Amino acid sequence: MSEEKKKAFQATSRKDAIKTMFKGTGYLAFGGLVWGGYVDNKKKTELVLRPPGALKEDSFIKACIKCGLCVEACPYDTLKLAIPSDNKVVGTPYFIARDIPCYMCTDIPCVPVCPTGALEMTSLYTEDIIPKPDVNKIRMGLAVINKESCIAFWGIQCDACYRACPLLNEAITIEYDKNERTGKHAFLKPVVNADACTGCGICEHVCVTETPAIKVLPLAIATGKVGSHYIKGWDPEDEKRLKNVNSDVDNDKDNSGAIDYLNNSDDLLEDEE
Amino acid sequence: MSLSRRNFIKSSAVATVAAAVGISLPKQLKAAPQKAETDWRWDKAVCRFCGTGCGIMVATRNDKIVAVKGDPAAPVNRGLNCIKGYFNAKIMYGEDRLKVPLMRVNENGQFDKHGKFKPISWKRAFDEMEKQLKKSLKELGPAGIGIFGSGQYTVQEGYAAVKLMKAGFRSNNIDPNARHCMASAVAGFIQTFGIDEPSGCYDDIELTDTVVTWGSNMSEMHPILWSRVTDRKLNNPDKVRIINLTTFTNRTSDLADTEIVFRPQTDLAIWNYIAREIVYNYPEAIDREFIKKHIVFSTGVVDIGYGMRKPDHPDFTDKERETVKQQVSKKLSEAEGVSLSYLGYKEGDILEMKNTKSAGKHWLISFEDFKKALAPYTLDYVAEVSKGNEDESLEDYKNKLKELTKLYVEKNRKVVSFWTMGMNQHTRGTWVNEQAYMVHFLLGKQAKPGSGAFSLTGQPSACGTAREVGTFSHRLPADMVVTNPKHRAIAEKIWKLPEGTINPKVGSHVMKLHRDIEDGKIKFVWVQVNNPYQNTASARHWIKAARKLDNFIVVSDGYPGISAKVADLVLPSAMIYEKWGAYGNAERRTQHWKQQVTPVGDAMPDVWQIVELSKRFKIREVWGEAQIPGLDNPLPDVTNKLADLGYNPNTTLYEVLFANKEAKSYAWPDPIGKGFQNTESEGDKRTVLGSDNKEWKGYGFFIQKYLWEEYRKFGEGHGHDYADFDTYHKVRGLKWPVVDGKETQWRFNAKYDPYAQKAGTGEFAFYGKALKNLPVGDLKSPNPDKGKQKLDNKAKIFFRPFMDAPEIPDKNYPFWLSTGRVLEHWHSGTMTMRVPELYRAVPEALCYMNPKDAGALGTKQGDLVWVESRRGKVKCHVDTRGRNRPPKGLVYVPWFDEKVFINRVTLDATCPISKQTDFKKCAVKVYKA
Repeated sequence: MSEEKKKAFQATSRKDAIKTMFKGTGYLAFGGLVWGGYVDNKKKTELVLRPPGALKEDSFIKACIKCGLCVEACPYDTLKLAIPSDNKVVGTPYFIARDIPCYMCTDIPCVPVCPTGALEMTSLYTEDIIPKPDVNKIRMGLAVINKESCIAFWGIQCDACYRACPLLNEAITIEYDKNERTGKHAFLKPVVNADACTGCGICEHVCVTETPAIKVLPLAIATGKVGSHYIKGWDPEDEKRLKNVNSDVDNDKDNSGAIDYLNNSDDLLEDEE
Repeated sequence: MSLSRRNFIKSSAVATVAAAVGISLPKQLKAAPQKAETDWRWDKAVCRFCGTGCGIMVATRNDKIVAVKGDPAAPVNRGLNCIKGYFNAKIMYGEDRLKVPLMRVNENGQFDKHGKFKPISWKRAFDEMEKQLKKSLKELGPAGIGIFGSGQYTVQEGYAAVKLMKAGFRSNNIDPNARHCMASAVAGFIQTFGIDEPSGCYDDIELTDTVVTWGSNMSEMHPILWSRVTDRKLNNPDKVRIINLTTFTNRTSDLADTEIVFRPQTDLAIWNYIAREIVYNYPEAIDREFIKKHIVFSTGVVDIGYGMRKPDHPDFTDKERETVKQQVSKKLSEAEGVSLSYLGYKEGDILEMKNTKSAGKHWLISFEDFKKALAPYTLDYVAEVSKGNEDESLEDYKNKLKELTKLYVEKNRKVVSFWTMGMNQHTRGTWVNEQAYMVHFLLGKQAKPGSGAFSLTGQPSACGTAREVGTFSHRLPADMVVTNPKHRAIAEKIWKLPEGTINPKVGSHVMKLHRDIEDGKIKFVWVQVNNPYQNTASARHWIKAARKLDNFIVVSDGYPGISAKVADLVLPSAMIYEKWGAYGNAERRTQHWKQQVTPVGDAMPDVWQIVELSKRFKIREVWGEAQIPGLDNPLPDVTNKLADLGYNPNTTLYEVLFANKEAKSYAWPDPIGKGFQNTESEGDKRTVLGSDNKEWKGYGFFIQKYLWEEYRKFGEGHGHDYADFDTYHKVRGLKWPVVDGKETQWRFNAKYDPYAQKAGTGEFAFYGKALKNLPVGDLKSPNPDKGKQKLDNKAKIFFRPFMDAPEIPDKNYPFWLSTGRVLEHWHSGTMTMRVPELYRAVPEALCYMNPKDAGALGTKQGDLVWVESRRGKVKCHVDTRGRNRPPKGLVYVPWFDEKVFINRVTLDATCPISKQTDFKKCAVKVYKA
């Protein structure tokens, strides 16, 4: 195996990492400026995974001053500052889970160093009397499994993602299913639980398929949202979604929509051809 | 039938959709997509990795393996694989594959122990091997050479190695890495049944109601079997119960109804608790009829030490001596004061280890004695001794032990007890194996469909090669032993050797091989399909001995590992699918495969390497009189008995052992090999320059078939019958004994096993022949006045007491250290660490520990710590939230990672009977690095 790979897990000198990063930035700056002109800032940032505690993408981009302190604080060299060719807002911190995921340091060193609050700790504390940092509250994204390429769904006893997950048996659980084809084996299928998944990307990193069958997507992309017009009858908690519902009724008596419809009956009389 | 491109696309799309929704297609349509795939060839083979023995199909294109698939026709796995099996296609193509012989040489190209490795020719390699081997034989005799063999040898490789060593060099110093893996299981089988290997088979999984795992993380170590257990549970979740007995929470606990975390070593006490409950509180559960007809009661000596060397050995440090002194005597602990009270001992007494050399000694006792000996194993005592998690309440723990017992004794409930390294790698491993049979025998739940104590093996051919072929220092093929003159005579007959050729003195087992090298008693060593310098405990000693002493170490391997690093000569070996071979799995299933591709570089099969070396030796050089340390009389000169056999003193071992008349009767080409190559028999396209520096053109006969056919003569008619070579190339393996073309599912059961039927002793016959003539006595000793008793067709229930491990945590070394594997990596990682995907998934060995312990040490997830014992230390990262979750006071470090060389830390204490090392227990301290 190459030396490069061996280094992946080691905490190498952070300063060196930063230096290399900025060197890279400088080297590519010119080309980047030209290219940057063609890429819409909003679009190019949608698919990016941000450090723990990041504000919502829009606010984050506004608040981040591109100082690199979070990158320097990361002991695993997970975080990088975007360079122009990365097709992300230049200078902002992000990570690529397949390369180096977030290893979920229990003291979350990358967040408190942020001078502007683009990364902020308040959402990451426990609710104890003396609050402590709680890595499990981090929400950087959500892991999504592509069942067709996940070999566990073929019946292969893999589960590499499950075993690697820092919230083993919480963020990823195993669903047992009979394998009717063989008649005597079981499927052990990984299932991601959005309630617990932090988006650290360790699952994506360790996935053994050529292109990972499990990927972490930014929350805004990975998650759906159910309309508030329907509430789970079996879950009293779900009613909370009604809290901010707009309950104004439209009492305008303009009925033109109905009238137009009623007056247009020509096609009802046409013979079918 | 020809398929247009359009049709092809259409039919493969249909097949995909059908597969997705689980529809089975008409056969013709299903076959169509395969017909189009004409530029690669599929052929059956076996997974390279564990003892499960999954069948695979290998796709070859342009002489390269491009893919594998699970073999849908294989009964073990029906087309499935685990994450390692999934990567079989990639294991042979790592970028640092060994491709040419390499030797340590000086500037002039001569061998130099302190030189650097440089490429040499095969001829030069064999020249040096010959020279060094002859030098060692001359100086030290047959005991001065050794082979570290393997449970991953093909059957033919193991057989050729044993034949060369035991028949050719008259040395019994060959022992496999399987010694580390299942020697305790073997000793348990031999002492209990008189014959090796499980009575049951994997079909037990589908038939049982209860799976109890004892020191076996099946979920990670036998994943395909575990998926069968899981399926069984899904079929009937209320009835089927799964209990995981372990010293730390692992993945097997996920599916278990109940997890019992016990203190290391106390499985001995738990088994006795179950037996005591049966005998005292559930006497109606005893299968009296079965016991009366088929079982005797037995016990043995306890002052047997722990398989360590004596503390006065000059190479020990003072720290090491703190532990090693227990080999001579030990002060009995409070728990031992109770458990050994039947011998008159009490807490604080000194137990002198007087039976270290006769640890296997046992004799018959009465049922009343057996019952008496079990008396101390009350719930209170056993719960106190064995509870492994201090955070669990004693009451909860007791309830679990009661629940476990109830499942075993429940009438009509079928129970399978599975175990692997937890019970085998144990300083009382033979005992604890025997205890499993004790409980199953008492209840009459053994050798029946769905019921039985079932020892799982770790390695792909630990059963098929190491055990059945007998690549052990005391064994010959088919359960025969070198110490038995009748067995030697049988082997000499089959091998066509003069009477008296085979050495009757048991050779050095793995630990003793290493120790002998350190003591200068062995100076020529050949490592085959093994990584003994990474996989042996107290590694510092053996590495130093290899590098610093005057000896010559040859390592044959596919990839460079620690063993190759300490070697003097490294030989590039052909890997699994680059040669013809056979493996035997844990359910006695023998599976053969054909050579699929040409080996890479100048790599050559191990069979070839063994046979080529035999060309360098003439009978007169090896069969003269020879002194063997420990034997009163020297090995006789047998060169005066050659004429009858058609040999003369200048006949080579090659001609005697491998290229004899019978061998040459197996012609190559052979119809069974049509369309396939055979590097040994006909050479190959590479025209490698062979051991004589001439292009290798092959032996001209079908050597692998010859080796198989000769080998199977050993077992035929003795309960070890195999089918002929060709049959195995047509079927998906067969479970021996194969009698009249039929395999055997449940041995010793007259309904299924023709040998048991033939015995005529009713429903069962435990027809194994070993150790079946025993003295009779009481719990303390045999009584010579009572004479000996023959036990034809009977098995034994042993009483074995609880005893502590030789090194337990104390103030200075407060943690237990357990080692083992992870699902993603195989053994020392030489293959799997070179598969980029598996490397990425698990790039390093972590130190799994309890978060509270980590916190108390001022460390947290991901921190580097030192794990240090009295023998050495390693640095590794802490994992407190991973797959293994130890209770407070225990850490677990896998051994696959040579960068986290945990066997520098472990202790080379063994079961004194089986000589298997206990890799699961030693005491360490852990501190921040």
